[in-house]
Amino acid sequence: MTETSLSAAHREAQARATRTRYGLLAPALIIILAISILPLGITVVYSFLEPGTYGGVVWNFSTDAYVQFLFERDIFDDTLTFDPAYLSIFMRSIGLAFGAMIGTLILGFPTAYFIATKPRNQRNFWLFLITLPFWTNLLIRTYAMLLIIRDEGFVNISLMKLRLIDSPISILYTDTAVFIGLIYSYLPFMVLPLYASLEKLDFRLVEAGYDLYASRWKVLRHVIAPLAKPGIIAGCILVFIPGLGAYITPELLGGGKSLMIGNMIAIQFGSSRNWPFGSAAALILMMLVIIVLLIYAASAGRGRRTHG
Amino acid sequence: MAEAIRKGPRARDLKAMPGFKTVAWLCIIALYLPLAVLVIFSFNDNRSVVRWTEFSFRWYEAALSNDGIRNATWVSVKIAFVATVVATAAATMAALATTRTASFRGQGLAYGIINQPLMIPEIVTAIATLSLFALIKTATGVTGIGYLMAAHTAFCIPFAFMPIRARLEDMTLVLEQAGADLYATPWQTFRHITLPLLMPGIVAGAMLAFVVSLDDVIITLMVAGPGETTLPIYILGAIRRGITPEINAVSTILVGVSVLLVVLLFFVQRRMEK
Repeated sequence: MTETSLSAAHREAQARATRTRYGLLAPALIIILAISILPLGITVVYSFLEPGTYGGVVWNFSTDAYVQFLFERDIFDDTLTFDPAYLSIFMRSIGLAFGAMIGTLILGFPTAYFIATKPRNQRNFWLFLITLPFWTNLLIRTYAMLLIIRDEGFVNISLMKLRLIDSPISILYTDTAVFIGLIYSYLPFMVLPLYASLEKLDFRLVEAGYDLYASRWKVLRHVIAPLAKPGIIAGCILVFIPGLGAYITPELLGGGKSLMIGNMIAIQFGSSRNWPFGSAAALILMMLVIIVLLIYAASAGRGRRTHG
Repeated sequence: MAEAIRKGPRARDLKAMPGFKTVAWLCIIALYLPLAVLVIFSFNDNRSVVRWTEFSFRWYEAALSNDGIRNATWVSVKIAFVATVVATAAATMAALATTRTASFRGQGLAYGIINQPLMIPEIVTAIATLSLFALIKTATGVTGIGYLMAAHTAFCIPFAFMPIRARLEDMTLVLEQAGADLYATPWQTFRHITLPLLMPGIVAGAMLAFVVSLDDVIITLMVAGPGETTLPIYILGAIRRGITPEINAVSTILVGVSVLLVVLLFFVQRRMEK
């Protein structure tokens, strides 16, 4: 008798705790569901509609947005011809994001290693130095980059004063400028996870490698790099994904000539007034990101199993 | 101790990698050089953004008396304030619900939803939010700055959530249990024990949310109606029209505000660790 009433009281208390929990969770979940997740559903719907003349959509079912991604419809006889224009923007974006990923890895690995091998009490300061630019406005950092790589910018003027070059090196509004800008923007994203891995590195293993007559390169390649693998993968993901969806960097440094997916999507909702096509392109971009994340999740899961 | 023992000449040799130090220094210089040039030339008494002539506050005076910049600053602060308050409150409640208990069914899903704005490219969120708001606007005819505030609140929540959750996970339950043993009601326990202990986390979360809202470009650019120009949007427009030292001055102010907040945050977190 007492036992059942006790368990009833227990159940009652548990039910109350559950109600409190959902009550506390409700505001955050409702805001994000309504303003961030529901709109994605609307984007899916919009991508299957027809564009309105002045922006917006006309509520007629159509798969034109997806067809347009690969083909151009002839305005006279409605035939479809393969048109790689949009596909090439996607391929360029993937290439630039991948290049930025490799670039930040090459620069970020030595930087993270340098910080991780500093005395413990100095590491936070160095990390802070790396993260501080990340918290300043991306637009302003990109603008600052534009200021120094312009033809008459700081770098060119300095190089000319040092008589290293005769005429300025023009890189603004090219893929090179976008590439430099992406590396500059996302370097901290690479350094932080790399540092988190390298900080835990057991240097007795490095010592063992040297004791077995391994060269520095071999130790780096076969001892340090495998141990830092989780950090390398996380850093690559953290650079590749925002790089793929970059908008500000190509907008300012590519100058409308070196477009990436982000700018192409924005243009569809602006001057091109083709919301369905913009929605379809955004969904294709999101699919790419989800594929990358799934590959990451799969590799992380496998790593956990093998290392116990 | 172990650190001190390992610090022999041989140990240093063990950790050293040729060229790594140079690359690290180059990276740090490269991260700061563009910002340094921007800040220094904002104090230049000259139209040129390359040739230094004389120190002056001229461009700051010009920027501060520019109505466009003043309006944009006011819009930015209004949006950031509302988004920070709502997002921090919602994130605090959500963090309390997900951390002080044994793991429950749906916890992973709740984390997934809260972190969702961080998972997908900002441009996708931007056009999706624009589509939703366009639907609401045609259905109701309501316009105004409320849409931007709502959009900012959504993407500020995960940023506010992170430090608050981290703080809660580090706090022991002992003090709250002691309070409950002394017949404190759950509300009294929360008000006099949990909340004061959690405060550094809440402050850190609110500061992150404020910086993130203040700096947002892409979502604001897409969602903003006519006349709803925030400071970053004003700066983007000005850069497109042509580079002037005035932009350098406003940019320097905005960078200064972010850096100040983040340095404060750094100290708040240092205190949290003690």
